[in-house]
Amino acid sequence: MTELAATDPLPKPKRDIAPILLPIAVALVMIPLIGSPSTWLTLTAASLAMGMMIFIMASGLTLVFGLMDVLNFGHGAFIAVGAYVATLVLAPFAASLQADSLWMNLAVLAPAALLSMAVSGALGLIVERVLILPVYGQHLKQILMTTGGLIVAEQTLYAVWGPQIIPTPLPTSLRGSFILGDVAIAKYRVLAMLIGLVVFIAIQLVLNRTKLGLLIRAGVENREMVEALGYRIRRLFLGVFMTGSALAGLGGVMWALYREQVHASMSDDLTVLIFIVVIIGGLGSIGGCFIGAILVAMIANYGGFLVPKLALVSNILLMVAILMWRPRGLYAVTSR
Amino acid sequence: MMILSGDPPRSRVLTLVLILIILALALTPFLFPGAKALNVAAKICVFAALVASYDLLLGYTGSVSFAHTMFYGIGSYAIAIALYGMGPNWGAVATGIVVGLPLAALLALAIGLFSLRVAAIFFAMITLAVASAFQVLASQLSWLTGGEDGRSFQLPELLRPGTVLISRNVLGFEVNGRILTYYLVFAVSALMILALLRVVNSPFGRVLQAIRENRFRAEALGFRTVFHLTYANCLAALVAAGAGILNALWLRYAGPDTSLSFSIMLDILLMVVIGGMGTIYGAIIGATIFILAQNYLQSLMGVASKAASEAGLPLLPGLLHPDRWLLWLGLLFIASVYFFPTGVVGRLRNGGGDKSAGTSH
Repeated sequence: MTELAATDPLPKPKRDIAPILLPIAVALVMIPLIGSPSTWLTLTAASLAMGMMIFIMASGLTLVFGLMDVLNFGHGAFIAVGAYVATLVLAPFAASLQADSLWMNLAVLAPAALLSMAVSGALGLIVERVLILPVYGQHLKQILMTTGGLIVAEQTLYAVWGPQIIPTPLPTSLRGSFILGDVAIAKYRVLAMLIGLVVFIAIQLVLNRTKLGLLIRAGVENREMVEALGYRIRRLFLGVFMTGSALAGLGGVMWALYREQVHASMSDDLTVLIFIVVIIGGLGSIGGCFIGAILVAMIANYGGFLVPKLALVSNILLMVAILMWRPRGLYAVTSR
Repeated sequence: MMILSGDPPRSRVLTLVLILIILALALTPFLFPGAKALNVAAKICVFAALVASYDLLLGYTGSVSFAHTMFYGIGSYAIAIALYGMGPNWGAVATGIVVGLPLAALLALAIGLFSLRVAAIFFAMITLAVASAFQVLASQLSWLTGGEDGRSFQLPELLRPGTVLISRNVLGFEVNGRILTYYLVFAVSALMILALLRVVNSPFGRVLQAIRENRFRAEALGFRTVFHLTYANCLAALVAAGAGILNALWLRYAGPDTSLSFSIMLDILLMVVIGGMGTIYGAIIGATIFILAQNYLQSLMGVASKAASEAGLPLLPGLLHPDRWLLWLGLLFIASVYFFPTGVVGRLRNGGGDKSAGTSH
């Protein structure tokens, strides 16, 4: 035992960096397997962009669970609603989207994304009050209620917009790729990466540098204690839920532009994907969710390039492997 | 009493309704002529068994699985592939059963062991992920499963519609292979439901309920909860695969839409909750209500939708369109979780009063 003097700083908690190294290791291992460095760079950029989009969609879900122990099976509905609402703006202004000017394109895209976030955030308010408030603390009923909500939301989308696929072509200035030597990186992917990074950094700053974030983190650790200190954790939770829903809406818009189409059943496929991400990351952990999203996207892109047949089950295999290593996900945050 | 394992419906109205449903199902070929009525009746039988097996999981152990259609699909595909590959003979039927049932049980064992190793809350999510992967796999392995088209096959001679067992002259109506198949479906479904009733009323079933109410306490009493949950999982998967076999035999077809799709999973969930969780009888009621609504309410909605669009109302025609019937069932589902979580059966047993004597989660 070493003697500690009173003036010594407190011993820092050990940083767990193994999960951070994992995606880097995966990327490095892939270089010799893929062979051509330019292909590898393109694939890596693609995985980062896809991962960021998945992260934006999944972040709300993991926080909601971590903070309030609520399992929202209807999270995918916010994604679909966000995407559909964006078409309300994108369709009438199709002309200025086709104009070859970045600013004109962004002048339409930004309001579309903001409107989507506002609508899905407002929907989050309704869902929290109507579906989740009555069933706090009851997992079984939460799953049933939110699944019912997902059905209703999806069917309403069908009823309002009809069953056909709505095309959402990319704006002209975001088409094509940046060419660096023999590496081609699609412009839209760069934008997606930037937005994803901004969202990630913003969430991290709010969580780690503000009093609000302190309360949220404290609530994740021990809800009763925060309540005992006199904070209204329900209101805090409502705020987190709405933010998470709004982020899901933003993710929906980005995904719609990425796929260049909108369909009401998009929420089904994405729900499975974000569940896998959230489980891999450890329920309640933003950092884990970020790494999980990038890992899933990497497996999808590298796997799709190397062994296309395996792409179908690769996510499940990844989840099994990670859970065998760490049964509670990469970062186990909650004690639940 | 013996046949119901000492667990009677415990409500006069419920008993009456159940007797009515079972009589109607037993006599469908004679009471309601026509192919549609027989199809609906067969579907009710198959789903009553399937939903009852899901109730063993949801109602008695309190764990939400989204992989139940996977086991149902395994049963369907096993029999379809066997009959398609080996030709219409009884050997193929036996092969399908011998391969399908153990495969479903093994997969349930693997999922159970894996997802119980990790936090229990993951169970619902993991089953959802596995089921969706299986669905993609089934549609991709088209050399085996026929892909999106599925597999159509022929039944053994005895079960074909063309086989006349008792001609019209003897009894006044014809008993053919189709009706024989219907009674096969009916009898096997009834047997499976009675077997499930036996399971939930055994000491094993009591332990499952103890785990549902308080897993920690059940463990403290010395029960190996992991063993019990996994065992229940396997039993439910076996019955689901059995129901899948019946479904494929009845339809003479197995494909992604009829046996694997996620919407079937939602249907099962709706049926259990509407009928009443943790009662087994709720499965029969739920399946009957749901499938009758699915088949007959839709045409009603079509009429309403047309009337609304002729009246020039906005939005309403879309909301009432026959394809949107799931919307209304979704609302009904939320309302039933909200207002009567014990479903129709719990409601009837409590004499219509809102006593909280039912199951609580």
